[in-house]
Amino acid sequence: MTYRNPPTTPRKSATFDDYTLSEIRRAAATGIYDIRGAGAKRKLPHFDDLLFLGASISRYPLEGYRERCDTSVVLGSRHAKKPIELKIPITIAGMSFGSLSGPAKEALGRGATLSGTSTTTGDGGMTEEERGHSKQLVYQYLPSRYGMNPRDLRRADAIEVVVGQGAKPGGGGMLLGQKISDRVAEMRTLPKGIDQRSASRHPDWTGPDDLEIKILELREITDWEKPIYVKVGGARPYYDTALAVKAGADVVVVDGMQGGTAATQEVFIENVGQPTLACIRPAVQALQDLGMHRKVQLIVSGGIRNGADVAKALALGVDAVSIGTAALVALGDNDPRWEADYNELGTTAGAYDDWHEGRDPAGITTQDPELMKRVDPIAAGRRLANYLKVMTLEAQTIARACGKNSLHNLEPEDLVALTIEAAAMAGVPLAGTNWIPGKNGF
Amino acid sequence: MPATNVSKATRDQSHARVFDLAELSLRELNQALHQLTPGSNETAWEVLNPKGSHSVAVGVDQPVAIDVRGSVGYYCGGMNAGGTITVHGSAGPGVGENMMSGSITIKGDASQYAGATGRGGLLVIEGNASSRCGISMKGIDIVVHGNIGHMSAFMAQSGNLVVLGDAGDALGDSIYEARLFVRGKVESLGADCIAKEMRPEHIELLQGLLDRAGVTDVKPSEFKRYGSARTLYNFNIDNADAY
Repeated sequence: MTYRNPPTTPRKSATFDDYTLSEIRRAAATGIYDIRGAGAKRKLPHFDDLLFLGASISRYPLEGYRERCDTSVVLGSRHAKKPIELKIPITIAGMSFGSLSGPAKEALGRGATLSGTSTTTGDGGMTEEERGHSKQLVYQYLPSRYGMNPRDLRRADAIEVVVGQGAKPGGGGMLLGQKISDRVAEMRTLPKGIDQRSASRHPDWTGPDDLEIKILELREITDWEKPIYVKVGGARPYYDTALAVKAGADVVVVDGMQGGTAATQEVFIENVGQPTLACIRPAVQALQDLGMHRKVQLIVSGGIRNGADVAKALALGVDAVSIGTAALVALGDNDPRWEADYNELGTTAGAYDDWHEGRDPAGITTQDPELMKRVDPIAAGRRLANYLKVMTLEAQTIARACGKNSLHNLEPEDLVALTIEAAAMAGVPLAGTNWIPGKNGF
Repeated sequence: MPATNVSKATRDQSHARVFDLAELSLRELNQALHQLTPGSNETAWEVLNPKGSHSVAVGVDQPVAIDVRGSVGYYCGGMNAGGTITVHGSAGPGVGENMMSGSITIKGDASQYAGATGRGGLLVIEGNASSRCGISMKGIDIVVHGNIGHMSAFMAQSGNLVVLGDAGDALGDSIYEARLFVRGKVESLGADCIAKEMRPEHIELLQGLLDRAGVTDVKPSEFKRYGSARTLYNFNIDNADAY
């Protein structure tokens, strides 16, 4: 009998894991970086790393089914004659017609309107579908200015000057030629079938002093009626928030790196910008330092999934949150019912992110007339409304348990963190201790 | 916000409505312009003492004539839709940005981003224009009697830019379907912008633009045409050096 050395179990590298190896092979084969939709997929410190304390002897709770817990919020009262009044502090983030189909935009408008909240245009102008079905519509003012015109500016309920987004702070966009239908081409004043690049900087202003003058122009054109939001990616949230306030914003929107995009380089999405959790306290601190907290409203987006996330964001000082990816999932994005189609595209339900290619089996991120029929805007709008209702009820459940009769009465004191990282980012104590890393010199 | 004080506005001998920004606010001026309704008899306006104010006559949406006596700051005539605006002075950055229709004439010079993202109408600059003239233009016609600065017509999508003088560096970088006509020297062309043949239809088009801009002493044949080589229209890794 021959002796054989005992074999070792084959071991894969943590550094060169399966995904990394596949990406090296893909890059070597194609010579081009990977472009995809959605936000950061890597594991990041997030709202899951926070817990509410709930009521105890020193705090008494509210009755879950009898005592009122207010969810409403007013946005834009600083300067606008007509601020936006929302029934719930959850808004729908900007997503363009072009990246999304007409029926998907309509469904977002229907769902938001049923829920008493606002939806937002995107890089591609305002469509009749979304204006018609959105009681409150925020019109984005983007570097590309695709579809921008004074008539739509005046029929918007608010204007959002987009400086950046969480998936790609400092980056522009690209809508690949295959998604450019006649209608998309016309709205963007470009030939059909060519790639449409969206600039990373605004064409007619640079820096905070110019932004102040630009905001003045937008206010003058709209006779000071509309709230003006300024949206920034989660890069330097303290300074960006302070500068937006200085420039005259009514509302500041901070989008963390889990915030989605229609199409950007994978390397950009995963390596530029800060997690949503890390952006909130600096942004709130900037508002507090300027004496503008609750006067200029703060909206945070990027990875908001449920009522607990909403409650945690509000407890950290945010006025409202915004959802994009989660809203698309509610409409039907990445639904396992299309698994066979996802498999044909070399992916699986839950992982599909090639939103820029226009072949979305769920019919949402496409301009293909056949695929977009898979979205019934009425039914999908209803699903979004249901989802928003659940998120709101969940947030109220937590707030009542903390003894709050308004979601906006939640406060950092209601929270602890499960990890040192989350404790440092959120500025709340590590669970079981009174230690807030970075506070008081240690 | 103060209410529009109409009583303070006066009229000159030509029955133009005179708006003196030394006495009335910018807000009152723009509000009064926005309150005009179709068919209004108040078709002639005169703005005095602009003194570099920003956002003078922005969002005009009726076919009125507005003479601004002096120089203006940023975004004069922004998003103009149908107005005929004449600045008897120079203009700051972003004059006529996102103009839809109508016309804007600057008797002096214009700063950066003149006519940025403009979708229609005619912008005439009788002096020089600074950098990024016609950036991201989407259908506007721009005629500059003098020179234009660097990076002009960057990502220009549609419309015509006519320059009687010289153009600075990187003209028409990443240009789409806009047409550029330059009579003088071009310092350099940007990515994907090339000189193109002047065919009879371009001579005719250019003559029409010169006529509309009131230019009588130069001929279309004195110009060179520039436009997109269309090699960057669809992303190709072999073009990466161009960026």
